[in-house]
Amino acid sequence: MSNFPDIIQFNLGVYVNNIVEWLVANGESVFDAITRGTLSFLLAIQNFIMWIPWYIIILAVVLLGIYVCSWKSGVMYGVMLFIIGGMGLWEEMAITLAIVITSVLISVVIGVTLGILAAYSKRASSFINPLLDAMQTMPSFVYLIPAVMFFGLGMVPAVFATIIYATPPAIRLTTLAIREVSEEMIEAAHSFGSPSWKILMQVELPQAFPTIMTGINQTTMMAMAMVVTSSMIGAKGLGLNVLTSINRLDVAMGFEAGISIVFLAVIIDRLTQGVANKFNYHNESVE
Amino acid sequence: MEAKIKVDGLVQIFGNKPQSALRRLRKGKNKDEILKETGQTVGVSDVSFDVYDGEIFVIMGLSGSGKSSVIRCLNLLNKPTAGDIYIDGENIVKYDKKQIRKMRQNKIAMVFQHFGLLTHKTVLENVEYGLGVRGVDPEERRKIALENIETVGLSGWEEMYPNELSGGMQQRVGLARALANDPDILLMDEPFSALDPLIRREMQMELLGLQSKLQKTIIFITHDINEAFKLGDRVAVMKDAKIVQIGTPEEIIESPSNEYIEDFVKDIDRTKIIQAKNIMTKSTALVSLKDGPSVAVKEMRANGIASVFVVDKGMKLQGIVTIEDAIAAIKEKKKLEDILRDDYFTTSKEEYVQELIEDASETKYPIAVTDEDNKLLGVIVRSSILSGLI
Repeated sequence: MSNFPDIIQFNLGVYVNNIVEWLVANGESVFDAITRGTLSFLLAIQNFIMWIPWYIIILAVVLLGIYVCSWKSGVMYGVMLFIIGGMGLWEEMAITLAIVITSVLISVVIGVTLGILAAYSKRASSFINPLLDAMQTMPSFVYLIPAVMFFGLGMVPAVFATIIYATPPAIRLTTLAIREVSEEMIEAAHSFGSPSWKILMQVELPQAFPTIMTGINQTTMMAMAMVVTSSMIGAKGLGLNVLTSINRLDVAMGFEAGISIVFLAVIIDRLTQGVANKFNYHNESVE
Repeated sequence: MEAKIKVDGLVQIFGNKPQSALRRLRKGKNKDEILKETGQTVGVSDVSFDVYDGEIFVIMGLSGSGKSSVIRCLNLLNKPTAGDIYIDGENIVKYDKKQIRKMRQNKIAMVFQHFGLLTHKTVLENVEYGLGVRGVDPEERRKIALENIETVGLSGWEEMYPNELSGGMQQRVGLARALANDPDILLMDEPFSALDPLIRREMQMELLGLQSKLQKTIIFITHDINEAFKLGDRVAVMKDAKIVQIGTPEEIIESPSNEYIEDFVKDIDRTKIIQAKNIMTKSTALVSLKDGPSVAVKEMRANGIASVFVVDKGMKLQGIVTIEDAIAAIKEKKKLEDILRDDYFTTSKEEYVQELIEDASETKYPIAVTDEDNKLLGVIVRSSILSGLI
């Protein structure tokens, strides 16, 4: 048996630790500001969801489902939400939704911006791509630790961890979408003397929109997947119920919270996909 | 005549080290040698030509000949590596970004092979696009767009999306979008190549019809020699990034500058290119109405022909007399007017030979070429029509 020689030793982790500690020590005011801002945004969304009467939310989902999917789907989504409420998990759902929506909004802003950058500049994409690979393969538990160190316990580090986990598809699909816009269409826009930023806004982004929506859909799904993981650092909501049920070996509670997450995921997935498909229609037969 | 567009020594090289390729090009190396030595592709190699106001200038060549690169240099979608391009006397190669945008917005518009329409916008919005870029206010924009949609015959389709239309209709949208900006110069990059042959022919005829009204300066790219000769007032043939010959279709057919062009011209149906004016002869044998039958007979004898056209003082065509009738008239003391026949064919000098073949096979007289005032310009004898076929 041959082991790696003991003489050759270096501890990479120590350096990362040093960086994180330095950031915590010197960036306190910045992180505090981010924490406060994110938290008030989160609570605003949560309160908004709790403020709307439950039947209005169900009705809205049913109507949207009918509009973008089908009559049957719309009704089914309504029934799913009704069941979640019936199991007494309405508030937990609102908290989970608030975390997911906040994470997704921030992820999309970062993702689309970086995605556009990577599509335009080869240098940017050669820098961003390996970073994305790392973000997607690094076990999500690992960045829970610095998240807690930066933002304390609670919903804000959950959002931070979720963003790291869920942003890559938004970046990748935005880059792909913009690169795939027909060369001739962009040439045509240039031939009329349109400035580049206007071409981005009026031609490239609208053309890329369906694919970007697919990216947003995936980002949302990945944010949903982080719900249970992030409950370990103190995020409330459906994920916490799952975690508690594991500790108590409470099958009933685990099932109710679990199936609620599944329902929520299905509804969000179908609705965002439905919206993407609505806009895809005009691009079906592009040569 | 002052050239509308003057292209002088245009070179375009694709690759990361264009200057090293340019030096080799100046030393007289050809495209293949430069590719081998430097890895740079010469897209356009020292091309010069003039385009005059109101003409259709066709650049013809097979794929890879550099024709699309040339047209993209004219609105600077491609940046030339060397050479100058003057439009209305201004060297556009020296333009900065702002001037380029202004030129594209006001002076020059382009039609693309695969239409280049914005698929997320309706037909109307597509036609409005260039006007929007220019900052024309919405009401005016709509008005101009609707006019141009009507011009290309798409009224009623304004609210459709491009992918709901056939290829031919999509290209009409592309044309309307280009025309909406009312540019002096229209660049057309193989606009009809993606269309099926029937639609293509229809679009060609419509383009000629539009052009006779609009009188734009059109640069038209094609790989189809029949299309080139049908549309072009003048045609430039490109091969291996160079222009091999420039001339009117007749000039190119009559005197191809090398074997390459001869090969091309072989495929041409000459009857569709050659017009009456190319094969008519200024009639030397003519009889005036005031002359008698005996003058007519003398005239026919002198020229060895069996019939002769009769004109009045203003060269207006009156009829034709045959040698038999003339001889009979001398005996019967008839006047020339009494024996005039009118069962001959006339044609304009722009008529294509193709259209004359049938007439020529039906008549025993020459065909008279006249202008709109019925003035005799020349005659076409049957043998010259037949020889025009080869």
